[in-house]
Amino acid sequence: MSARPTFLLDGVEVPFDPGQSVMQAALAAGRHIPHLCYHPEFKPHGSCKVCTARVDGRMMTSCTVPAEMATEVESDTEELNDLRRTLVQMLFAEGNHFCPSCEQSGNCLLQALGYDLGVMTAGFRHLFPDRPVDASHPEILLDFNRCILCELCVRASREVDGKDVFALAGRGIEKHLVVNAESGRLGDTNAAAADKAMSVCPVGVILRKREGFHVPIGERRFDRSPVSDQASDFAPRKPEATRG
Amino acid sequence: MVGAKTLTPTAEKIRRLMHYGQILQSHALHFFHLSSPDLLFGFDSEVAKRNIVGVAAAYPDIAKQGVLIRKYGQEVIRHTAGKRIHGTGSIPGGVNKNLTAGERDELLKDIYHVIAWSRGAVHLVRQLFEQHLEAWREFATFEARTLSLVRPDGAMDLYDGGLRARNADGSTIFDHADCDRYWDLISEEVKAWSYMKFPYLKALGHEDGWYRVGPLTRVTRCDFIPTPLADKERREFMAFDEGRIARSTLGFHWARMIEMLHSAEVIKDLLHDPDITGSELMAGGKREARGVGVIEAPRGTLIHHYRVDENDQVARANLIVSTTHNNHAMNIAIREVARKYLDGRKLTEGLLNHIEVAVRAFDPCLSCATHALGQMPLSVELVDAEGNQVDRLVKD
Ligand code: SF4
Ligand code: FES
Repeated sequence: MSARPTFLLDGVEVPFDPGQSVMQAALAAGRHIPHLCYHPEFKPHGSCKVCTARVDGRMMTSCTVPAEMATEVESDTEELNDLRRTLVQMLFAEGNHFCPSCEQSGNCLLQALGYDLGVMTAGFRHLFPDRPVDASHPEILLDFNRCILCELCVRASREVDGKDVFALAGRGIEKHLVVNAESGRLGDTNAAAADKAMSVCPVGVILRKREGFHVPIGERRFDRSPVSDQASDFAPRKPEATRG
Repeated sequence: MVGAKTLTPTAEKIRRLMHYGQILQSHALHFFHLSSPDLLFGFDSEVAKRNIVGVAAAYPDIAKQGVLIRKYGQEVIRHTAGKRIHGTGSIPGGVNKNLTAGERDELLKDIYHVIAWSRGAVHLVRQLFEQHLEAWREFATFEARTLSLVRPDGAMDLYDGGLRARNADGSTIFDHADCDRYWDLISEEVKAWSYMKFPYLKALGHEDGWYRVGPLTRVTRCDFIPTPLADKERREFMAFDEGRIARSTLGFHWARMIEMLHSAEVIKDLLHDPDITGSELMAGGKREARGVGVIEAPRGTLIHHYRVDENDQVARANLIVSTTHNNHAMNIAIREVARKYLDGRKLTEGLLNHIEVAVRAFDPCLSCATHALGQMPLSVELVDAEGNQVDRLVKD
C-alpha cells in the first residue's frame, strides 16, 4: 500500500488524493473546517469565505485551495474563528433570520455554525430587508428572507437538473436570488419538488410545503450533534448520492 | 388549513397535556412570582420588598414551591413540544411526537408533589382571604357578564368546547355555541383613544355587551370541574362568604389556584392514559381556506381565525386574545379603584399601587413589569371634565 501524500492541519497529518482541496481532504479525514457555500457534491464556489484558513501562512479559502499546495494549514485558531463569527453575524444581520419560527431550524447550516462558533449576539444592526415570500409553486415555498447567496441552488439547477431555475442578480448589498420566469415566480417555472435544486439549500429558503416541523426537536440533524462533529457527512461524494 | 376535524387520540391528548402544562406554569408564575408579593405583604407595602425575591426571603417554602410548580409545567411543555418556549409539538393535523415511556415516567415521578403543592396554594389563598376579608371583598369589584368555554356536559374544559355567555345574575345569554362562527356572537369595537379593541356580545350591543373572561369566569361559570380535588375547592370557593368572593375581582387569584390544581390533576390523569405513548400522530382531512381555533388560555378565552389564499398564504387573520376580551372589564376595575382611592384632586402613590393590584388580578401582561426587579414606568393623569390636567403621577 503506497503512502498517500499528506499535509498538516492544526498540527495533525491529513492524507489526500490528488485533485482534492484542503476542505475535501480534511472532511474525508473526519476533520471539520467551518463552511457554508461548500457542498460535498458540487464544485467549490469560494464565496462565503467562512472556510478561510492560513495555508502556509497565507489566508486562503480551504474549499478552493488544492491540497497539493498546502504543507501546514491552520484552521481551528481563535483568530480565524473570530473572523468566522463575524462573517456569520453579518449574514444573520443582513437577512431576516427568525430561527424559532423557521422550518429549517435544527437542520440549518447557518444556525448550526452560529452555535458552533458561539455566536451569542447579532453584533451588527439588523438591516431588516423587505423580501416577500414566493408561495406560488404548489409543492415548494421560497422564503428569500434567509438567503445567504451561496448559489448552491443555482449550481444544482444548472449542473444537475439542467433547468436554470435560479440565478443571483444585482451587486453588492443589492445582490439577491431571482427566479428565472417572466413573472419572477417559482410557480411559473418548470421547477419540480424532486429537483436537486430543491434539496441543497443549507438554510431555510427552499422549503417543501406541508412538511414543516414534522421532525420533533431533539431529532433534527444538528440536535443530534454539533456540525463540527459531522465532518464525514460533508465528505466529497457524487451528486447522485443524497445527504444522510 | 389541513382540515383534520378530528385528531387521533394520541395527538389530542398530547396537545391537551401541553396546554395544561402551560396553564400550570403560567398560573404559578402569575400567582407566586407576580401577585403573591401584593397579597402576602399588602398593597401598600415597601416596593423594594414587594417582589419574588422578597417572598423568597420572608416565605421561603412558598417561593420554592412556586418555582418548582412552574418548572414542572415547563417540563411538561418541553416533553410535548420539544422546548420550553418556541416548541414545535403541535403541527397541522396532529403532533410531531408522542411521550416516550421514559418521559412519561419522569413526569409521573413529581406529579403528586405538584398536586399537593397546588392544593397548598389554594389553601394559602383561602387563608389570606380569611385574614383580609373586609378589604378584599369589595376591592375593584363590579358586576359583569361572562364568556368561557365549557365541555358539552357543562364541565370546565380549557382545551376545547362550546362558548357560554352569562349575565351577572347567572342567567344564560348563549350556551354551547359553535366557536366556528364566533363572529355571529362577538364583535369588536374600535375606539379612537386606544390601540386595543373592545369586544362585545352582539346581542347586547357595544354599550352593554362587554364581558369578563379568565379563571374567575371559568371556575364560577362551569357546572363542575371534572377532577375531584379541584371541584371540591370550587364548591368551597363558591360558598365562601356567601358567594361574595366568587364575584370579587381578587377572587381571580383564588380561582386561578383552583385551576392550577385542576391542571395538575388533568396532567396526572393524562400521564396514566396509554394513548399518550401511542404512535398514531397525524390525521388528514379536506383542505379548507378558513380555520378558527378557540381555547381557554391562562388568562382567558383566546380566538384565532385565519383565511388562506390558493397558495396557502395567510390572507386575513383575526386574533381576539384574553387581554382584549377583558379590556373593558379591566377599565371598570380601575374605575372602581379610582372611586375609592381618589379624592378628585390629588394622585397618590397608594392609588398607583391599587391600580396595579387590580390589573394584576386579571392579567400580568399589563403589569408584570411593575413587579420586576427593575422598574417599569407607569404614568397616571388626572383630567377634569373639561379635559384639563389636574394632576400627574409618574412611577419610573
Ligand atoms: S436559496 Fe439557499 S441554496 Fe440558493 S443561494 Fe440562497 S441560501 Fe444558497
Ligand atoms: S465554504 Fe469555502 S468559501 Fe464558502
